[in-house]
Amino acid sequence: MQAPSSHASPPDQGRRQPWGRWSLIGIPYLWLVVFFMLPCLIVFKISMSELADSGIGFLDMVSLQDGVWQLRLKFSNYTFLLTDSLYLLTYLSSIGYALLTTCICLLLGYPFAYFLARSSASLRPLLMMLVMLPFWTSFLLRIYAWAGLLDNNGLINQLLMSFGLVTEPVLMMHTPFSLEIGMVYVYLPFMVLPLYANLVKMDLRLLEAAADLGAKPWTIFRRVTIPLSTNGILAGSMLVFIPCVGEYVIPALLGGADTLNIGRVLWDEFFNNNDWAMASSVAIVMMLLILGPMTWFNRIQANEHTKASP
Amino acid sequence: MTPTSPASSFLRVEQLSKHFDEVKAVDEVSLDIQQGEIFALLGGSGCGKSTLLRMLAGFESPTSGQIHLAGQSIGDMPPFERPINMMFQSYALFPHMTVAQNIAFGLECDQLPPSDIDARVQEMLTLVQLKPYAKRKPHQLSGGQQQRVALARSLAKRPRLLLLDEPLGALDKKLREQTQIELVNILKKVGVTCVMVTHDQEEAMAMADRIAIMRDGKILQLGAPMDIYETPSSRYVADFIGNVNLFAGKVVVDEADHVIIETPQCRHYVSHGITGTENMEVSVAVRPEKICLSPAEPTEQERELPAEVGHNQVKGRIVGLAYFGSFTTYHVQIDDRTTLKATLANAARHEDRRLSVGDDVWAWWDGSDVVVLTH
Repeated sequence: MQAPSSHASPPDQGRRQPWGRWSLIGIPYLWLVVFFMLPCLIVFKISMSELADSGIGFLDMVSLQDGVWQLRLKFSNYTFLLTDSLYLLTYLSSIGYALLTTCICLLLGYPFAYFLARSSASLRPLLMMLVMLPFWTSFLLRIYAWAGLLDNNGLINQLLMSFGLVTEPVLMMHTPFSLEIGMVYVYLPFMVLPLYANLVKMDLRLLEAAADLGAKPWTIFRRVTIPLSTNGILAGSMLVFIPCVGEYVIPALLGGADTLNIGRVLWDEFFNNNDWAMASSVAIVMMLLILGPMTWFNRIQANEHTKASP
Repeated sequence: MTPTSPASSFLRVEQLSKHFDEVKAVDEVSLDIQQGEIFALLGGSGCGKSTLLRMLAGFESPTSGQIHLAGQSIGDMPPFERPINMMFQSYALFPHMTVAQNIAFGLECDQLPPSDIDARVQEMLTLVQLKPYAKRKPHQLSGGQQQRVALARSLAKRPRLLLLDEPLGALDKKLREQTQIELVNILKKVGVTCVMVTHDQEEAMAMADRIAIMRDGKILQLGAPMDIYETPSSRYVADFIGNVNLFAGKVVVDEADHVIIETPQCRHYVSHGITGTENMEVSVAVRPEKICLSPAEPTEQERELPAEVGHNQVKGRIVGLAYFGSFTTYHVQIDDRTTLKATLANAARHEDRRLSVGDDVWAWWDGSDVVVLTH
């Protein structure tokens, strides 16, 4: 009796109890809904809410008054965002710094990832370690370390002055220069890793085929290596660009007082002006700005997938 | 310095070696290949055939030795300067380019005028019958079509020498047989000199004018397919090319017109021009298709020479039988340790029903079909 039932049950069980499968898939979805989507919706709601007359809390968005359901949405935060040139300039400046960081990371990261992918298999884990090593130290500590290097009394200026190369300390701290140094330093591994993953998988015979057909090394790089690593370039750029736009800590610690930055504007709105509605609007608009390149990237990736499986 | 190579030899490889650390992948190989010839390097994996091909292409630099193409030394040239193109194993087509762009790539590297490139691409597409597919990407093509794109791409620059690395290895058996003939027709039409590498002896025999059998970095034997098959020079070659029955024994009679070799299974009467000293240790090789099977002992009329009667024959029992349609392979057990393979063509329908497993049979062969090997 027992033998046949135990024999037949495993495949049947899967079919009869789909909840097992659903709960497994459901857990990460539940996580995303509770800790990602709901907070987003709350922020979105706050951005359209009106402050209560008392100054504490918000008025109800939906209210029943004289038997009429009323929905009150406040758009003035958004219209203000679009009309006030300061916000516009801040967005542009943040995107500009993020783009610059992405470009520098790509220029530095591509040769590095290329070298990493082409180095001998026994050397790769060690080089990989070196890329990951900074993550072992606290992020804040690493930023402060840069302050120690770039400051007017910092190590670099002390060295320059002791060698007599400059008489006065070179102003590096709290400038766009120090900001870029910090951003590139922090985000470079995020560019290197996806590029490496892409380049290491590349079919080297394609490069040989190109050489065999008469292409010189630079032509091979331009016409075969780069086109074939497009996905890695895009993935790395997204991983750098997106967090860079909203970065707060690095501009706050290394950027100048007059460096326009969305992260700092958000902070100011929340904690200095206590205007949660305005801060939420700023955050929502930033999210929409990032959503653009994200959708574009996803579409390219989806195309690649349909191509890979004809 | 060295005299220019004779006009008859188009590609000359002299004492070419490649060592990887202590391993001699290619060990002092010399070759002379004629213009327009299809030459095959044949051997198992690790025999050095691919390394030799990669040195011809320029992807590996020789440890020592010379390569001359049309009288010009090319051993130190980088791959992109050599007038040589290669068709890669599993093709290495550029996945991000269309068929036409793949074919045009080499021409663009030479910076030919666009109109010339277009004309050449069209010519190549016509040659391999892929005109309707010019705008497809490689992954949208079947294996056979990809193979033709790879061929067109490697021929587009009109190379002096074409290298083929396992050209049909990625195709299934049926398609491979059909493609072999098409490929040879195209190569002969273009008139390009070819060196191909393969581990598939049927592919080498069907396509090549001459074959070199390689083992451990050296060439064991070099010749036309028929010479190598019918006159192998060693046990290894005899066994590697096709099936063979090998007997170990020694020479007992050495006369002017024949020798007799005694092996534990039978006495072999060898009628063709070989000679050896008595008691010399030799191997006797007989191809399965040279063996006749009959239920009764062969009569004098059935033998090629009267002197052969009683020789070149063994009695055994059929222990296995594999029917392949066009022919049948019989496994005939002679003694505890020896099983003979014999293949009979099924020239008439149901012919194989004459013999079945468990039957006692006589296996016999002519003295002229015996190959004697000394090593």
